[in-house]
Amino acid sequence: MPEPSPSSERTSILTAEDVSKVYQMGDVQVHALRGVNVPLYEGELMVLLGPSGSGKSTLLNILGALDVPTSGRVLYRGDDIAGHGERELTNFRRDHVGFVFQFYNLVPSLTARENIALVTEISKTPLDPREALELVGLTERMDHFPAQLSGGEQQRVAIARAVAKQPEILLCDEPTGALDFKTGIRVLEVIDEVNRSLGTTTAVITHHAPIASMADRVVSLADGMVASEQRNDEKVSPAELTW
Amino acid sequence: MVSVLDRKLLRDLMRLKGQALTIALVVAVGVANYITLRSAWRALGDSKAAYYEQYRFGDVFARVKRAPDSVTDRLGEVRGVASVYPRIVEEVLLPIDGMLTPAHGQIISLPSHGRPAMNDVYVKSGRFPEPGRGDEVLIYEPFANEHGLRPGSTIPAILNGKLHELIVVGLALSPEYVFAIEPGGITSDDERFAPMWMSGTSVAAAFQMEGAFNDVVVRLEPGADEKAVLIGVDRILEPYGGLGAYGRDLQISNSILEGEIAQIEAEVVFLPGAFLAVAAFLLNVVFSRMVTMQRGQIAVIKAVGYKNSTIALHYLKMVCVIVLFGSAIGVAFGAWLADAMLDLYAGFFRLPMTRGRIDLPVAINAVIASLLAAVAGIAFAVRSAVTLPPAEAMRPPSPARYRASPIEQMPGLRRLHQTTMMVFREVWRRPLRTVLSSAGIAFALAIIILGRFGKDAHGPILDLQFGRQQREDISVIFKNEVANRGLGYLAHLPGVDQVDGYRMTPVRFRLGPRWRDSVLIGLPPDSHLRRLFTRQFQPARIPHSGVLITDVLADILDAKPGDLIDVELKEGDRGTRQVRVSGTIDEAFGIQGYMQKSSLHGLLREKPTINTALLRVNPEREAELHRYLTDIPTVQSIHRKRTVLERFEDQTRKTMQVITLILTLFATAIAVAVVYNNARVSLSVRSRDLATLRVLGFTRTEISAILLGEQAIQVCLGIPVGMVLGTWGAKALIELQADPEQFRLPMLISSQTYAFSVVVILAAAVLSALLVRRRLDTLDLIGVLKTRE
Ligand SMILES: Nc1ncnc2c1ncn2[C@@H]1O[C@H](COP(=O)(O)OP(=O)(O)O)[C@@H](O)[C@H]1O
Ligand SMILES: [Mg+2]
Repeated sequence: MPEPSPSSERTSILTAEDVSKVYQMGDVQVHALRGVNVPLYEGELMVLLGPSGSGKSTLLNILGALDVPTSGRVLYRGDDIAGHGERELTNFRRDHVGFVFQFYNLVPSLTARENIALVTEISKTPLDPREALELVGLTERMDHFPAQLSGGEQQRVAIARAVAKQPEILLCDEPTGALDFKTGIRVLEVIDEVNRSLGTTTAVITHHAPIASMADRVVSLADGMVASEQRNDEKVSPAELTW
Repeated sequence: MVSVLDRKLLRDLMRLKGQALTIALVVAVGVANYITLRSAWRALGDSKAAYYEQYRFGDVFARVKRAPDSVTDRLGEVRGVASVYPRIVEEVLLPIDGMLTPAHGQIISLPSHGRPAMNDVYVKSGRFPEPGRGDEVLIYEPFANEHGLRPGSTIPAILNGKLHELIVVGLALSPEYVFAIEPGGITSDDERFAPMWMSGTSVAAAFQMEGAFNDVVVRLEPGADEKAVLIGVDRILEPYGGLGAYGRDLQISNSILEGEIAQIEAEVVFLPGAFLAVAAFLLNVVFSRMVTMQRGQIAVIKAVGYKNSTIALHYLKMVCVIVLFGSAIGVAFGAWLADAMLDLYAGFFRLPMTRGRIDLPVAINAVIASLLAAVAGIAFAVRSAVTLPPAEAMRPPSPARYRASPIEQMPGLRRLHQTTMMVFREVWRRPLRTVLSSAGIAFALAIIILGRFGKDAHGPILDLQFGRQQREDISVIFKNEVANRGLGYLAHLPGVDQVDGYRMTPVRFRLGPRWRDSVLIGLPPDSHLRRLFTRQFQPARIPHSGVLITDVLADILDAKPGDLIDVELKEGDRGTRQVRVSGTIDEAFGIQGYMQKSSLHGLLREKPTINTALLRVNPEREAELHRYLTDIPTVQSIHRKRTVLERFEDQTRKTMQVITLILTLFATAIAVAVVYNNARVSLSVRSRDLATLRVLGFTRTEISAILLGEQAIQVCLGIPVGMVLGTWGAKALIELQADPEQFRLPMLISSQTYAFSVVVILAAAVLSALLVRRRLDTLDLIGVLKTRE
């Protein structure tokens, strides 16, 4: 198993330490993660690469405290959150993490602005929902319901929702998975922009290798284990991506 | 500012409005039901208690032929007796102009000074008679109202054979006549029965009762043994012709009133509870589905940092809005209905009713009970959704597991149509939901039966009682027994076509420690005008020897055919005779015993006599006949069958129409809610499948059949179960009847009632199904295929 390269100049904000996850499906045990060590460094944009079923979502969910590991530790600034209870996990998510999901997961009965307000209402230092929408270039669609928005627009609202609380960490699970190429690029640009301008530590999952070139660092998963880890010296801006 | 979650709540509710509304209506019905029954129960119960207290209603009562006043002190010495109030009570005829037969009065003596020590009189207008004024009376208010009598009016009365002109000085009520039935009557009749109160010295003078009494009211000491007092009183009164002391439980007015209160009490637990159970179940169906559909939303809301409790609260709020909306309607409707019900009661039960505005604690209880039921209904669905780890909730739920239903495996059904199979599998996938939905339908149907079966039973039982059993037009009751040949005299009166007579005597039936005062009737073997039938409409015969007793009496005595029972006579030598019970008869009215007339004479050791004459008359000469009858001094009362019958029918019909209407509406609310909500949920679950089928070329009718087939099965299962349930319920209600010793409905449910209930349920079901079907017509084929579940 490849060791994560030591990094003296950077501090890890969130770290998966020897994390394993086993799902019990009836009589069958599914080993989604088998002893994974992945740090997330302050301010970086990390891409998590791997084929479908390799455990990417499971890892991201555990890092974001949506789920708990079967064994191993999750360190947030040196503090193990894996053993925390429901309430602490909720508070952790509320205070530190923003999520973007493959299927956007907007609440269909709320407008774009209201979907964002859902988050800003309970955060400490939120942006105004309008500002957040400005960030993703959708102010004119503010009062539209999700059903009235295209997929790419919905995903941008989802990103606005994730960044509106100004989280330390932004976790994106296949944000372009359901989108066409052009729209996907537009969404990646927004993520890149948030990472650069706000300095939000960001992890993006994809099973699509070309996207990896926009990252500071690429971690590849295969079969529940870290297959490789690599640092990009030259970051490519999303607009230059091709696939 | 309204929080975003609350905005979501309102929008979700708007989307659910049809379902929310139908469920809210079921809640409303449950709440209204509870408030109505509780208010009626409270109003009757509290009013009764206050009235009895304030007007010193007695605890023990006894009639006696004639006892000297000195006996009063001896009665007072009976252990457990607190005080004794002797009175004179006399039956009189009131030959009012314009009435075919004279009305019946019951004159009660008033003390020479002060108010009655017990069974006091509530004077509603006017005043008490002046002591010694023999022509002044207080008269029962409802009777006065029927006849337009006011203080100052006069009324003719035959006192001890002499016609008097009495002056009404006041209109009154009394705790002993809350439900006023004349002796031997079957129902109250404001037009024909009038308790009256008169100065005691005047009553004594008119009936030669000076220095004596013939009725006594007793107040017990707290904690006294009532049965011991009854025995003690009977022992003292026995030599003076005591007719048997009895407690409040057998005081007819009180027993009917308490019977009614007990019946409401039984219903108040069961009925509203059942409505709330249905509401809880439907909320469970609807919210389980909603929560399933919103799994992804719940996951996101949790992912962004909302607490489990916040989300749970969100759904609880939603259900609270529905329940509170329903409750508000229910409280308003219940307040109105309670008022209407008390109005109805006010026509039967004459007591000053304390009816305030809506009873707040009762309303609050009802609302809390509905909230609890609703929360219980959705708790499981919400809990399971909320506690799911958000990562898990984000994954689409695994496809529903279907199994082949056992029905398909039945030989011969192997080749079921695919669409039929889909219906069966859907039913089989959620057996509990099918069972509970059918139970809801069954309950609704049973309620309709319960609201209507009384009608079925009343008609035939009245036909039986007043057509085949009592074949006379007029019965005449004499004060004392008269020789058989008196019938010959009656036969010659104008208009009399046929005459018959029987002998009736008050007795105490006793077996071991159990006894009951009632009457023994001796019928001639060839009686044309009086025959016996059971409650099941079977003719019955009086055996050659021994006594035939009603089964209710047999139960009271714990007597079986073949047992020897004691018959304690209350006239003649007042001896005790042993008689064998030769059979029991399940009659609709009363708790009497029957013998051959000749055997009864033997028992009484008397010559052949009668004290009740039955006449069949020519209607054209009836008026003339009544003039003769009224003039016979030995006549105590005259009963015209048709009048009694009409009165009874009138009273029951009015009540029943209201009850039928209300319960049918209630049942409809349930049936609509069950079918509509199930269909809506089913549509939500299967709209993808159905749209796919439409794309594959199925017609609207075909997919409607698939969607609504499940509801059809639930309704079809519910209907027979509901019939059985309704039949059981009817049996239970008959058991619970107000006063089973007085009147028992036969167990009879007509096919019309069954048909009516089925039609109402089917109509409600079809209507609800059509409402949902309309949505199928606008099914968005492409949109549905695109939406991800
Ligand atoms: N809730 C779950 N229950 C059972 N198995 C699961 C669950 N979540 C994920 N898995 C399994 O764990 C493995 C990894 O899944 P996931 O992390 O979603 O992979 P990826 O996101 O890389 O496609 C897969 O085999 C998947 O089927
Ligand atoms: Mg994944």
